[in-house]
Amino acid sequence: MKNIVVIGGGPAGLEASAQLHRLGYNVILVEKSPQLGGHLAKWDRLFPSGIPAKDVLEKMVSQINGVKYFLEANVQSINLLHKSYNVILNNGITVLADAVLFTTGFDLFPAQKKEEYGYGIYEKVITNADLENWFKTKKDNRVTENPKRIGFVHCVGSRDEKAGNRYCSKVCCATAVKQACEIKQEFPDVEVFCFYMDLRMFGRGYEDMYLSAQKDYGVRFIRGRVSEVAENINKELIVKAEDTLSGKPIKVTLDLLVLMSGMQNCSEGTKVAHQLGIANAGNDGFFETKDAIYSQQHSTREGIFFAGACTGPKTLPDSLSEARAAAIEIHNYVKGIR
Amino acid sequence: MVKFGFALNPSSRIDLDKTDREKFAQLVELEPDVLKCMACGSCTASCTAGKFTPTSVRSAILEIQNGRWQQALDMLKGCLLCGKCTMVCPRAINTRHLILAINEVYQSGK
Repeated sequence: MKNIVVIGGGPAGLEASAQLHRLGYNVILVEKSPQLGGHLAKWDRLFPSGIPAKDVLEKMVSQINGVKYFLEANVQSINLLHKSYNVILNNGITVLADAVLFTTGFDLFPAQKKEEYGYGIYEKVITNADLENWFKTKKDNRVTENPKRIGFVHCVGSRDEKAGNRYCSKVCCATAVKQACEIKQEFPDVEVFCFYMDLRMFGRGYEDMYLSAQKDYGVRFIRGRVSEVAENINKELIVKAEDTLSGKPIKVTLDLLVLMSGMQNCSEGTKVAHQLGIANAGNDGFFETKDAIYSQQHSTREGIFFAGACTGPKTLPDSLSEARAAAIEIHNYVKGIR
Repeated sequence: MVKFGFALNPSSRIDLDKTDREKFAQLVELEPDVLKCMACGSCTASCTAGKFTPTSVRSAILEIQNGRWQQALDMLKGCLLCGKCTMVCPRAINTRHLILAINEVYQSGK
């Protein structure tokens, strides 16, 4: 039986593992954290229709019966032996793999790097992940009852050369609009402001979500990037931006500011890729695929494959499609089909 | 008075803490579609009066959202109610009705 090692137990890793297992392979799934699901396990609801993340994850996990997976496991070393890869995990397990699939996903941009927004400095500045955690658990002292005004800052650590990430993280616009609507559901009287540069509502149902945010929830969209945040004596936030549509500076006092942290390549995944000489091929930090259009799942090395956000920011359905595509590509590769 | 060769202008900064939410709620009641504007500028580009006067529905909506309704009223003074903006609006806002609604809500507040 052929061995396939899948690195990363997020949505792409789970889906690819399930598919490869069904195709008759011996799948070994390696996950660094104590639970499966990656970022999805920390999310509450999903855009555009608000499906609970938990339901989607449960469905995925139920599909991996028979897949061997190791939690709190890292790839210690990986090297090529003749035609297969010798993968050694930190738990002492060694696998001789016929193919290796990277589904290492992304890290959220560390918002404290954008010092002017005050994450980690001012109490009432949180990130999209923090808010999602609050939706899920309702536990976070920074989110207080009866807020008057709440703001969302798009493109935090995205489209920002100084933050080191020139690219668009793709999913934050839709996430911001989703969270803005959800916060209005929680606090109907709150005034919500979204500070954006462009609203990238590319997917099916996203534009409807944007329209609904305006029409049904009265969310105010301000075209302009927040330039600085200060805190007053009452721990409220004084936010400055330009309303570029009127060409005038704007000031607003907020009770909560949510920073839409973008995606960057997973640092743990990059370390493993370094051993194979396939990391940092793309100038944006994400892994370089063999071909940008035709061979999205292939790396530049034989037998090494990619799926999901390790090759650039992706939505959840995008990652799942790539995982299924990767399973087929690996199957073709192992069978010697070109 | 000593002339320094420069003068200070009053601040042009918009303070969103001070916008009148009540009046805006009245406007939304009369014409809910005011919320749907995505600032594309089609209305302003097609405006007959806009070529000769500072008429702009897009800007007027923005001024109201920013609490500067007097500027919005001034901006709509030149409107001929020709309805071209209604025809071109991609969000299907009844701009003609919106202009009348803006006048109704904010003129009375003078």
